[in-house]
Amino acid sequence: MRDTLSIEVKVNGIDRSIEVPVHHTLLDVLREEVGLTGTKECCVVGECGACTVIVDGRPINSCLMLAVEVDGAEVTTVEGLAAEDGRLNPLQEAFLDKGAPQCGFCIPGQLMSAQALLDKKPNPTVDDVHEGLAGNLCRCAGYQQITAAVLAAAEVERQ
Amino acid sequence: MKTFEYTRPRTVAEAVRLLNEHGPDAQLLAGGTDLVIELRNGWKEPEVVIDLKRIDELRPSITEDGGFIKISASTVMTDIAEDQRIQKYFPALVESAVVVGSVQIRARATLAGNICNGSPAADTAPPMLVYDAVVAIAGPNGMRRMQVDDFIVGPGKVALERGELVTAIELPIPQRPMGAAYTRLTRRRGTDLASITLCCGVDADGITRLAYGSVGPRAVLLVEMSGVLADPNASHETKADILNEMFLGASPSLRSMRASPDYRRAMLRVLGARALQTAIERLPRETAA
Repeated sequence: MRDTLSIEVKVNGIDRSIEVPVHHTLLDVLREEVGLTGTKECCVVGECGACTVIVDGRPINSCLMLAVEVDGAEVTTVEGLAAEDGRLNPLQEAFLDKGAPQCGFCIPGQLMSAQALLDKKPNPTVDDVHEGLAGNLCRCAGYQQITAAVLAAAEVERQ
Repeated sequence: MKTFEYTRPRTVAEAVRLLNEHGPDAQLLAGGTDLVIELRNGWKEPEVVIDLKRIDELRPSITEDGGFIKISASTVMTDIAEDQRIQKYFPALVESAVVVGSVQIRARATLAGNICNGSPAADTAPPMLVYDAVVAIAGPNGMRRMQVDDFIVGPGKVALERGELVTAIELPIPQRPMGAAYTRLTRRRGTDLASITLCCGVDADGITRLAYGSVGPRAVLLVEMSGVLADPNASHETKADILNEMFLGASPSLRSMRASPDYRRAMLRVLGARALQTAIERLPRETAA
């Protein structure tokens, strides 16, 4: 029995070959092996969304996916949103402008769900934002600011 | 999480061989939205995990063939909700797929997994019953097919034998005009397990198919042939009597934290009447000759 498997995965635009334990989740591997700790561990049952990353264009809970399942896939984490020189993207700027991050713990997941929504629907309605981010909980209850930030980012992109 | 042997067969035959060889020590992995939790919590400790997502025969995921829309075992809820053929022929299935979990869950969770887990609250079970879905099963003795109504047995139990796996859910394209609606009762608007799941379909011949779940060990299907329920001119009282009769089989859990049995029974009648009305409104009117 092989306890590890070598996978090829593109993380934030960089091709990587990683030897992963077959029973480790994508969340574990991103944090422990790749060193990207922006993705947060929280409920580990797929209810809170803190571990959200984008896999092949769709937001997913990285706590519910085995790392071996992303073999051949493209993964974007919160670290992959900003430009290479560190400039924040319009969505991240809007989160700051609107005061969306309070304690900040849920924000990487909120950003990833919001980015996936905007990639698919550049002109979302309020309902679209609520539905698109329904899988991301915020214990500070910053939902109004988060929603406002997503709508503002869409507005910026339109200009 | 305990370690296991991870396998990803390229063919259905290879998956069947692995399943047959390891029996209860093997576990199928499709979307993993339930399985990974069970593995982490130690509720399941398989020796072998068989990932279905690299099986060539399960792609393309949604096909139209011989009067059926076939949805392969690796097809996720998001794909179902976005498919134009399913939107056209099976709108109530779309309505159930878009309320499963969150966006993140729907991007991973599969229709086949939703049925095979045997949850009494499975959102997609009532529409599959109303649409008369067929489950395609591969096993050591080849393929067999059965109605989803026969496939669902009870909590966590479906009619799969050793070495068998579901390869597709096949939905017969309705031959007669049909209107259908899915509705559910939850404690909050989104991202919740349903206290009631309910789907109603009426066709141009006046046949009403009603399926409901989360109020007993499994979702159940009832068919009303008299035409009264489907009649837009029949009184609400007459329909309510028939619906009440159809709900007699409900046996909601006494211990559920989601809703009391009395509340579920009362709301079944409300949801039933509403879904019936919506189904009737959605039935395409036959143009006068």
